[in-house]
Amino acid sequence: METNISFKLKVWRQANAHAEGRFETYEMRDIPTDTSFLEMMDILNEQLIEKGEEPVTFDHDCREGICGMCSLYVNGHPHGPATGATTCQLYMRRFKDGDTITVEPWRSAAFPVIKDLMVNRNAFDQIQQAGGYVSFQTGGAQDANAIPISKEAADEAMDSATCIGCGACVAACKNGSAMLFLSAKVSQFALLPQGRAEAKRRVKAMLAKMDELGFGNCTNTGACAAECPKNIKLSNIARLNREFICAKCSD
Amino acid sequence: MEETKINAQPIDSKIPEGPIAEKWTNYKAHQKLVNPANKRKLDIIVVGTGLAGASAAATLGEMGFNVLNFCIQDSPRRAHSIAAQGGINAAKNYQNDGDSVYRLFYDTVKGGDYRAREANVYRLAEVSNNIIDQCVAQGVPFAREYGGLLANRSFGGAQVSRTFYAKGQTGQQLLLGAYSSLNRMIHAGKVKSYNRYEMHDVVIIDGRARGIIAKNLVTGKLERFAAHAVVIATGGYGNTYFLSTNAMGCNCSAAMACYRHGAYFANPAYVQIHPTCIPVHGDKQSKLTLMSESLRNDGRIWVPKNIEDAKKLQAGQIKGSDIPEEERDYYLERRYPAFGNLVPRDVASRAAKERCDKGYGVNNTGKAVFLDFSEAINRLGIDVIRQRYGNLFDMYEEITDVNPGELANEINGVKYYNPMMIYPAIHYTMGGIWVDYELQTSIKGLFAIGECNFSDHGANRLGASALMQGLADGYFVLPYTIQNYLSDQITVPHFSTDSPEFDAAEKKVQADLDNLMSIHGKRSVDSIHKELGNVMWEYVGMARTKESLETALKKLKELRKEFETNLFIPGTQEGMNVELDKAFRLRDFITMGELIAYDALNRHESCGGHFREEHQTEEGEAKRDDENFFYVACWKYNGNDETAPTLIKEPLHYEAIKVQTRNYKS
Amino acid sequence: MWLTNSSVGRKVLMSVTGLFLVLFVTFHALMNAVAVIKFEYYDAICEFLGANWYAVAGTLVLAAGFAIHIIYAFILTFQNRKARGNNRYAVNARPQNVEWASQNMLVLGIIVCCGLLLHLCQFWAKMQLPELMGDHVMPGSYYLQATFSHIWVLPIYLVWFAALWFHISHGFWSAFQTLGTANDKWIPRWQCISKWWATIVFILFAVEACYFTWFFAL
Repeated sequence: METNISFKLKVWRQANAHAEGRFETYEMRDIPTDTSFLEMMDILNEQLIEKGEEPVTFDHDCREGICGMCSLYVNGHPHGPATGATTCQLYMRRFKDGDTITVEPWRSAAFPVIKDLMVNRNAFDQIQQAGGYVSFQTGGAQDANAIPISKEAADEAMDSATCIGCGACVAACKNGSAMLFLSAKVSQFALLPQGRAEAKRRVKAMLAKMDELGFGNCTNTGACAAECPKNIKLSNIARLNREFICAKCSD
Repeated sequence: MEETKINAQPIDSKIPEGPIAEKWTNYKAHQKLVNPANKRKLDIIVVGTGLAGASAAATLGEMGFNVLNFCIQDSPRRAHSIAAQGGINAAKNYQNDGDSVYRLFYDTVKGGDYRAREANVYRLAEVSNNIIDQCVAQGVPFAREYGGLLANRSFGGAQVSRTFYAKGQTGQQLLLGAYSSLNRMIHAGKVKSYNRYEMHDVVIIDGRARGIIAKNLVTGKLERFAAHAVVIATGGYGNTYFLSTNAMGCNCSAAMACYRHGAYFANPAYVQIHPTCIPVHGDKQSKLTLMSESLRNDGRIWVPKNIEDAKKLQAGQIKGSDIPEEERDYYLERRYPAFGNLVPRDVASRAAKERCDKGYGVNNTGKAVFLDFSEAINRLGIDVIRQRYGNLFDMYEEITDVNPGELANEINGVKYYNPMMIYPAIHYTMGGIWVDYELQTSIKGLFAIGECNFSDHGANRLGASALMQGLADGYFVLPYTIQNYLSDQITVPHFSTDSPEFDAAEKKVQADLDNLMSIHGKRSVDSIHKELGNVMWEYVGMARTKESLETALKKLKELRKEFETNLFIPGTQEGMNVELDKAFRLRDFITMGELIAYDALNRHESCGGHFREEHQTEEGEAKRDDENFFYVACWKYNGNDETAPTLIKEPLHYEAIKVQTRNYKS
Repeated sequence: MWLTNSSVGRKVLMSVTGLFLVLFVTFHALMNAVAVIKFEYYDAICEFLGANWYAVAGTLVLAAGFAIHIIYAFILTFQNRKARGNNRYAVNARPQNVEWASQNMLVLGIIVCCGLLLHLCQFWAKMQLPELMGDHVMPGSYYLQATFSHIWVLPIYLVWFAALWFHISHGFWSAFQTLGTANDKWIPRWQCISKWWATIVFILFAVEACYFTWFFAL
């Protein structure tokens, strides 16, 4: 049932990429527990605008957990304390009256802050541009049912493809590693016959790009998978390693 | 109220000759092409990276054109096509249930209440099969049967299973497919991608679209881009209503920029209201969440038979699961026995509204109906149902704190599970920039694809057809038709952005931004947008009347005045200013709202997503007027936002299909 | 060379050397167990592993394994800290299912190294090293007595073994994950084997150290 809660909100404010950042504390009063976390941020922004101040900038778009745009680090967790959910799917009933809620941007050298809580995740695009595709011309495909694919393989590829590219894995990783993201992408193609033809080329190119962009090395802590809003599994990383080692060994 | 003018000049939609099934083949056989060496000399701007934009940009790049691709998000992969849940239609007939290109075509035209352009829809149905082939080759993990072949499900408005799906996130998978092709072209250097850029104006030189002015949302600076042709793929205008299932960033500013330059805006009144959304819960709400239409495959929609029960539900004295089977009114199954819970979206939405208006609503606001899985769970077991809809159940629980898969009650040995509550919400806009058969707008060299144009869905879109249309336009239609335009442009050199036209366009946009910044009023963008949404939903929503629409137009005028005099935007134009960007969009939403109202007022009939209360049968079904309104209403801008637009009619000609009253009853 | 200039390659180096060290540690624990049974047998093994060419070669390979493992541990940690960026989170919460050990491998490794140095001083520097230089050395059990007759050695060794337990309990399965030999079924299996292996090694070492202390010091 709906109740109202009041709490302190500690928010990271940073004017632009080069400015020094700092925490600002805001008192939030009587927030209904059935508002979403981002709606609560909207309320904060309305209050700030009313006072003539600049609202807090944060990324968000679909607000139904699929676009991967929202990116807040809430109370020590990317996308907040709920598991298997993005920040936009986080509701205030998860918090208690009198709490202090700390909101930070993703912190990783590869994701520089643009403003306040908004970061630049262009590195993910670059990784995919390096090889995250099947090379063929539009219109050149054969009939969709020409190659049967076992339901198991299709389902597993689907699970890997569920990644929304939000960057929570990088944010959660103490090494700033993008291995879970990369492995989800590589796995999706590696599991399907359509992606096999250029599998070796793909995994080498994408991994090299990831390394070049300054992401860290994976140490298998598993924080990425534990915090992933789409429950991408750690086994993807093993598959990526396997694909990469085999590709390199067969050079 | 200002009268709209009607222009009698004929409109040429360039539909090719020949029988319907041969038109597209004929067109392709006789159209002009650009040879590979010349493609390298031509630049094309594609604004938007949804299914239509990304697929078009990728395919044009593959063909050899130089493509400049823009999106407002931080990555092309985030465009709102990503949120489509249910699936994509194609006439593959893999299920051997009698499907064919003709049947898909027929269902789409019928579903669109006979207001779509026949030739366009047939072409859409024709290329639908290529889309599935294309996507599978890209590595899209569609659902499969144990035998390894593709699975299908059924969707509203069809009696065959022709919908391909990838769990509850078909949109994301298809978009990632298009995005992967786009990435390949970015890597190859054929597409240049501009993220966090928003188109603010289109630049017209000698009557042809030759570039855009876009704002770099990070630096706050305006930049100029020139090309031989401009393609707009910027989606629909559903956010005019503030609360909708659209993403927060969805806007109609690019389309409005084209409209202000003289591109006709067609059928703006056709706004789709999706029947299965989570009901509004409070005034702080920022958007509405869609529960996939696929839920209607197994879910049954009902309200109580007795008004007393409804009153108790509204007062919170009883729960849905307290009401036994015989006291429930499955009103869709009652009214439409042939299609039952799978009637098209407009029909299902209106039926829900009808029950709620009569007082049978089931939540505290009286604006919700139940979607119940008890029968399906009892028949198939909770495991099967969870396998099908588990993620949707979880999503529903996260938002509402109610688990639809939880056993709630047992009455006379029948198990009742928690029902979901749903209510219709703005979802998709069938109207859009007017385009001809080649997807070219009324401005030469300016093309519109995807939800942004008006062409294929008529007055109502069937489920799983939006993805189909976006990809059809982007992969298989525009890349052909644009060549017919570009073939005589090969001698035109790359454009400079220093021309007087670019100067003037940038100056105008800058002046608009300066104006917004200088209002120094008191109200935030969102507070005015909410007010706009209330006016639109109240007076231009699911049921419209002459009076309501006239009231809306009056209120919208006042709202524009409020916006122009009392808006407050904090910060400066330097760097990122989200409020300024939102204000720019809101200005256009207000104009869009008026356009919807003008069109709705003009259309004295009920059809598809447009329902005029004056025009209904005794049973409350929509009543079309084919004699007077069998046309596409194209609206032409009249120089400023205050003046009413001019109506130009594109009469519809049906050759293959006999126009009749839609019947989902038998 | 992909083993050194790709992130996965560097981890493969860590995994292979790590698994090699696990094998060594296991062998060592078994060798010690012999001393618990009878000191003469232990002395025989020590003599066998004296200054013979195969023992020296083995020691060199082992030292190389240690060196690579340690050097790369520092390189990886340095790179990872850089990748994390200059700003740290104000609030950190370790999610459930994330092992404490996995996030503290370097610290654990340093503790293991310190114990190792002490251990080398107490044994290797008095056994194989002088023998290589041509000096005469006593039987192995003599040095056991020299070391464990001091009661303070036991607690230090137990801390050392505990650090080793944590280090192996993550490192073992992590190596198989890095080498790509894991999947949804095998990740939990490797994790389970990892814990068991670390525990068995720990128990062997701890029991042995306690036995020697009891035998020589009490």
